[in-house]
Amino acid sequence: MTDIVERPQGVASRGAALGVHATEEAQKRLKRRYASEWRFRAYGLTAILISITALAVLLWSIVGQGYTAFTATTMSLTVTVDPALADPGGKRAQDDLRTGDFQGIARAGLRSVFPDVKERSDLRALYTILSNGASDAIRDRVLDNPALIGQQITVRIPVASDYDMYAKGFAAKTPKGGESRLSPKQIAWFETLKADGKIHSSFNIWFLTSGDSRQPELAGVGGAIIGSLLTLAITLAIAFPLGVMAAVYLEEFAPKNRWTDLIEVNINNLAAVPSIVFGLLGLAVFLNVFGLPRSAPVVGGVVLALMSLPIIIIASRASLRAVPPSIRQAALGLGASRVQVVTHHVLPLAMPGILTGTILSMAHALGETAPLLMIGMVAFIVDIPSGATQAATVLPVQIYLWADSPERGFVEKTSAAIMVLLAFLLAMNAIAIFLRKKFERKW
Amino acid sequence: MMKKTFAVAALAAVMIPAAAFGQARDQIRIVGSSTVFPFSTAAAEAFGRQGKFKTPVVESTGTGGGMRLFCAGVGTGHPDMTNASRPMTKSEFESCAKNGVTDITEVKIGFDGIVLADKLGSAKMNLSRKDIYLALAEKVPMNGGLAENPYKTWAQVNPNLPNIKIEVIGPPPTSGTRDAFVELVMDFGCKDFPEIKAITDAKARSQACSKIREDGAYIEAGENDNLIIQKLNTSPDAIGIFGYSFLDQNKDKVQGSQIEGFDSTFENISSGKYPVSRSLFFYAKNAHVGVIPGIKEFITEFVSEKAFGKDGYLTDKGLIPLPDAERAKTRDSSVSMTKLAM
Repeated sequence: MTDIVERPQGVASRGAALGVHATEEAQKRLKRRYASEWRFRAYGLTAILISITALAVLLWSIVGQGYTAFTATTMSLTVTVDPALADPGGKRAQDDLRTGDFQGIARAGLRSVFPDVKERSDLRALYTILSNGASDAIRDRVLDNPALIGQQITVRIPVASDYDMYAKGFAAKTPKGGESRLSPKQIAWFETLKADGKIHSSFNIWFLTSGDSRQPELAGVGGAIIGSLLTLAITLAIAFPLGVMAAVYLEEFAPKNRWTDLIEVNINNLAAVPSIVFGLLGLAVFLNVFGLPRSAPVVGGVVLALMSLPIIIIASRASLRAVPPSIRQAALGLGASRVQVVTHHVLPLAMPGILTGTILSMAHALGETAPLLMIGMVAFIVDIPSGATQAATVLPVQIYLWADSPERGFVEKTSAAIMVLLAFLLAMNAIAIFLRKKFERKW
Repeated sequence: MMKKTFAVAALAAVMIPAAAFGQARDQIRIVGSSTVFPFSTAAAEAFGRQGKFKTPVVESTGTGGGMRLFCAGVGTGHPDMTNASRPMTKSEFESCAKNGVTDITEVKIGFDGIVLADKLGSAKMNLSRKDIYLALAEKVPMNGGLAENPYKTWAQVNPNLPNIKIEVIGPPPTSGTRDAFVELVMDFGCKDFPEIKAITDAKARSQACSKIREDGAYIEAGENDNLIIQKLNTSPDAIGIFGYSFLDQNKDKVQGSQIEGFDSTFENISSGKYPVSRSLFFYAKNAHVGVIPGIKEFITEFVSEKAFGKDGYLTDKGLIPLPDAERAKTRDSSVSMTKLAM
């Protein structure tokens, strides 16, 4: 097409040869066609630009809100472990030590930093700087080494969420007529501690290792990550072998008749069933009939396996179909049995595609909450699960629960948990791409 | 082929005996109201922190859903406690009894206020329940009959109110907060109109009182109260409906409206002056005491002064405590696990 335009128009002999292509209408038509091509490209480019902008805005708002959750404001506090508070019984037994008033010890430590604060209401306001984590930190130290009782120790403790928010600059301005979460006095105390070098900002390791909490400064995604991993392990263990097996049978062995057609239609339909339906099935069958425990990753894993099974079957069939028939014929021609053809040749060649499909369906399962709602995994669970039958929650559920919490500190935690979930999804997709690039064969 | 068939069979076999380990449980399980959820979880966490027992698992299923699970039977497969933002109904009590759940302890833990709030810096409203009813009902009493709600601004409802558009963001019908709002505000606000009194059919009357308009003046915001607060920040004329604990956490962003002249403060809700508040409860299965470790201790923790008392950690989360005398009474009856009779 381009050559036509580039031809010199003035040459008479050429003009005669070009004939109909050189007329004025032809030039106009040509112009229109170019314009329409240009428009078509512009539409495509706009579509891509819109999606990129949407993605960028989404990521920007999540990262912008959430990155601060990866740092924690901590305070070093020197306390005297008063035997009367830590172990009133004096027996130094572990069980007695557990119930000691360690928050009282932390409070006494804070009082000694501010000896001028005497008023009861002021003291109450001062104590709000201590997180519930303070008593835990001291208790853990004392349980490890009861000899510390009576001595002076320095602990690093997280500050309460309101102060954490203040330190991170979220609570800076308050509109007229509003009440700030912190009084000017409380802010002054905090600034004093800061000036004394007692306030630190460090990487928030708790956020990645601890379980859920009602105190934003103590809440972490550790429990949810473990729960997600347990659930996905079970999903994978069930869905992968079943899915591949079903695909191999349907693709390599099954006769083509009405029954296999019916099965195929049903698999495709099943892939489009809303995920909540699988949750209802899990509730009715696994909980009510089999009596499996509520909120357990084992049930969540089975439910998600049922959900991802059709997707794995479809992906596996597609990649089995992509193996050229010549491979099968060659193997059969050399005397291999049909099982040998499948296990020695077809399946290994199709594996990269199958694994890619499986990983993508796992990534899909990782982001599901709806089916887990029905089987009780949408719950407040503090203890980190140590097995697949223990109560656990998963990452997207954790995000949902935090998004619904009144405490201000959970806003950044919600976004940070989304970032963790996105990191997992990115890692899984990266593995899928790597497998495809590394092992894919082109014929 | 045989090998693979076997593998499939083995997998299926693994899934079924999994039922065997569903039985033993050493962790308290709590279900129920999403309104009580923040308090129940806070108490559960404090209880777990003491280190003697595992932290109870708390699920937010809604009051009705929680009752269904709770009343389904006795045994470790069923929850030990359920939270409720209203008392157990007679029919729920009977359905419990039918399934063998006859020995129940009822614990009233405090109050929750429902607030109407707008953005700080906007006009602070002083509403009566009648105003709210007239502003939000689908059909309002007019000239002896019911007519489609014609009011567009608050000043049309009541000349003392500012002349701004009626725009209320509130919970959807599936929410317990909405039920309570309808019961405490709409039903109360409508009852004195002669046109409503003239309706003899009880069902039609309650319909006339509780049906909320759907012409855009009332915006359903989903069950997320944080979302309502975010929306209030972008639309200064709008009023949001949500629980007191969210107002408490966001006093630097929104202000509560007065209702019948009373501010939605902690003191006013606690003393009962602020009219839009409801009682919160939880119910425990006495038959599970001794089977699941820690139930009695958990209840004791929940009703201890450091938890649901005046300065307790649950009040920090926005729970409005019971009056002193009632608190002491509740503590006695719940720690001794007095059986609920109906």
